[in-house]
Amino acid sequence: MSRIETTFAQLKQDRRKALIPYITAGDPGLEITVPLMHAMVKAGADVIELGVPFSDPMADGPVIQKACERALAAGTGLRDVLAMVREFRRGDDATPVVLMGYLNPVECMGYERFAETCLEVGVDGVLLVDLPPEECDEIAPLFKERGVDLIFLVAPTTTDARIARIAKAASGYLYYVSVKGVTGSASLNVEEVAARVETIRNLAQLPIGVGFGIKDAQSAQAVSRVADGVVVGSALVNQVAEHADDPMAISRAVSGILADMRAAMDKH
Amino acid sequence: MTQRPDSTQSPDYGAFPDARGHFGQFGGRFVSETLMAALDELETMYRRLKDDPQFQADFDHDLAHYVGRPSPLYLAERWTGQLGGARIWLKREDLNHTGAHKVNNTIGQALLARHMGKKRVIAETGAGQHGVASATVAARLGLECHVFMGEEDIRRQRLNVYRMKLLGAEVIPVTSGSRTLKDAMNEAMRDWVTNVDDTFYIIGTVAGPHPYPMLVRDFQSVIGREAREQSLKQAGKLPDALVACVGGGSNAIGLFHPFLNDESVAMYGVEAAGDGVATGRHAAPLSDGRPGVLHGNRTYLMEDDNGQIIETHSVSAGLDYPGVGPEHAWLKDLGRVSYVAADDQEALAAFRELTRVEGIMPALESAHALAYARKLAPTMGKDQDIIVNLSGRGDKDILTVAEIDGINF
Repeated sequence: MSRIETTFAQLKQDRRKALIPYITAGDPGLEITVPLMHAMVKAGADVIELGVPFSDPMADGPVIQKACERALAAGTGLRDVLAMVREFRRGDDATPVVLMGYLNPVECMGYERFAETCLEVGVDGVLLVDLPPEECDEIAPLFKERGVDLIFLVAPTTTDARIARIAKAASGYLYYVSVKGVTGSASLNVEEVAARVETIRNLAQLPIGVGFGIKDAQSAQAVSRVADGVVVGSALVNQVAEHADDPMAISRAVSGILADMRAAMDKH
Repeated sequence: MTQRPDSTQSPDYGAFPDARGHFGQFGGRFVSETLMAALDELETMYRRLKDDPQFQADFDHDLAHYVGRPSPLYLAERWTGQLGGARIWLKREDLNHTGAHKVNNTIGQALLARHMGKKRVIAETGAGQHGVASATVAARLGLECHVFMGEEDIRRQRLNVYRMKLLGAEVIPVTSGSRTLKDAMNEAMRDWVTNVDDTFYIIGTVAGPHPYPMLVRDFQSVIGREAREQSLKQAGKLPDALVACVGGGSNAIGLFHPFLNDESVAMYGVEAAGDGVATGRHAAPLSDGRPGVLHGNRTYLMEDDNGQIIETHSVSAGLDYPGVGPEHAWLKDLGRVSYVAADDQEALAAFRELTRVEGIMPALESAHALAYARKLAPTMGKDQDIIVNLSGRGDKDILTVAEIDGINF
């Protein structure tokens, strides 16, 4: 069983939901990322989504755009991100790590080489925002052969027919984007999300994580009642920006938010 | 990746893109999931309307009575004489309403928006010509219009910014990244993803996710259809060569496409070499780039070793883009079109020369095509014909040229 499968199976058994933080790798500097990943696990993270910075993050709002700019200014490339995962694995062989980003840096490295390196360093899943299932026929087998999950987005605009198609291409979990918009935008509507998650469950067997618009313990708790996982990104990256010159403060602030979310989500 | 087509046998160029929007390995639809339904909807609507006689009649009517088509094919006799080679014909897209070829496409997309019941249109713009053309059709149809424009381009193209405001559009400055066309396109995509229910995104060039490269090409192909007919009538034969500038590449594909199956017609797409292709400070991905994925399609891009998009340089805001339409990428690999480059100095020289010799002030974008035609004509016979796409007029560039001349108004 993959780390992602094991994690979701264990959570199900414990009747808990996955807390999935996102940070942009190399933001604001390369050396901060691995310690921050360990800190997030300590604060209650079950899966880590690690953002690969890109010069043109079309699906991201201003918070993650600026995070990409800081990470790129610090010189973070895809090879560096893969090296961070390798380093993280020295201290943590259980927590799944999903790389999240855009297609071009991966295409530039070469799909086969990227997939092989993912396997080698211990990346468990890959979510490429601008790679829909329609375009992945030639790419998907390279990941599948190596047991690296390809994770796909489902949106409020996704038709039932497409959900079924996405579910067929996907493994690991599905990421439901709770609002029409970019990351860090409007607040989500829990009832709408609940209805959509129900629809997705009828069409797909995979666990469902929900992201976009989760800002605090309260929204994390509400979403955890209807989904299998809660993804939080911009709210954490905001803290990174605020304390950019103080790594200890970043770690404290991010851990604080996650610990609050964890406590709220685990309350029955 | 898809195999390169067999180069010994020419494909039927009219049959592309394929059903999924690919031109060989290029094109496609690389966007986040939220936009997939909107693109499906647009494609379905477009495929239905493009063969609908009423839609075509509406489009043709607007081109004739609002844009002022057909645009003339003008024999530049004096310039031809000075260059001492092939006859140079100018396809006068500068005479269109709003002063460039861009309006052919915005008329078409605005008709689509109306059929789809959208009340709001958005657009990205570099030089401002596409923004002006979008604001123009929005004013005419009573649609709300927001135009995204990089801060750097707003500075370079203040006149067009004010034109858009007069037309009732809101110009939204883009301060992310390099603050030019590519960033404006990112921001337009972000707006679209947020307001996808009531908003139509009018993309200004033959790039972006499928079906945009196809539908923008189809709307712009009126340029080549007219030029082909005019050449047969006025020169008594097909031209020997076509020359057009290539940023995203919509004026070029519009001129080239109706001639692609005419094997005797040579074609030259002219990219912006900025300070020179060898300096790395340019906007010429077909001359010095690699295939990659940006803005929803696979095409040639300017990128660094980590796959990050790099900044481009050109005196012409409309060519200052690190990618290019996927059909051009495909035509390059097939060898059907030759892609060359003209630098800032060559373009400025051509701008001045055409103005003085023919009394026609070209846009700095079009001046890149003229700069190459200037080199090409003397290498050809006097009985041969070159059509240069004069894609826009140069009024918008007067401030830029004056600044280079050290004149401040």
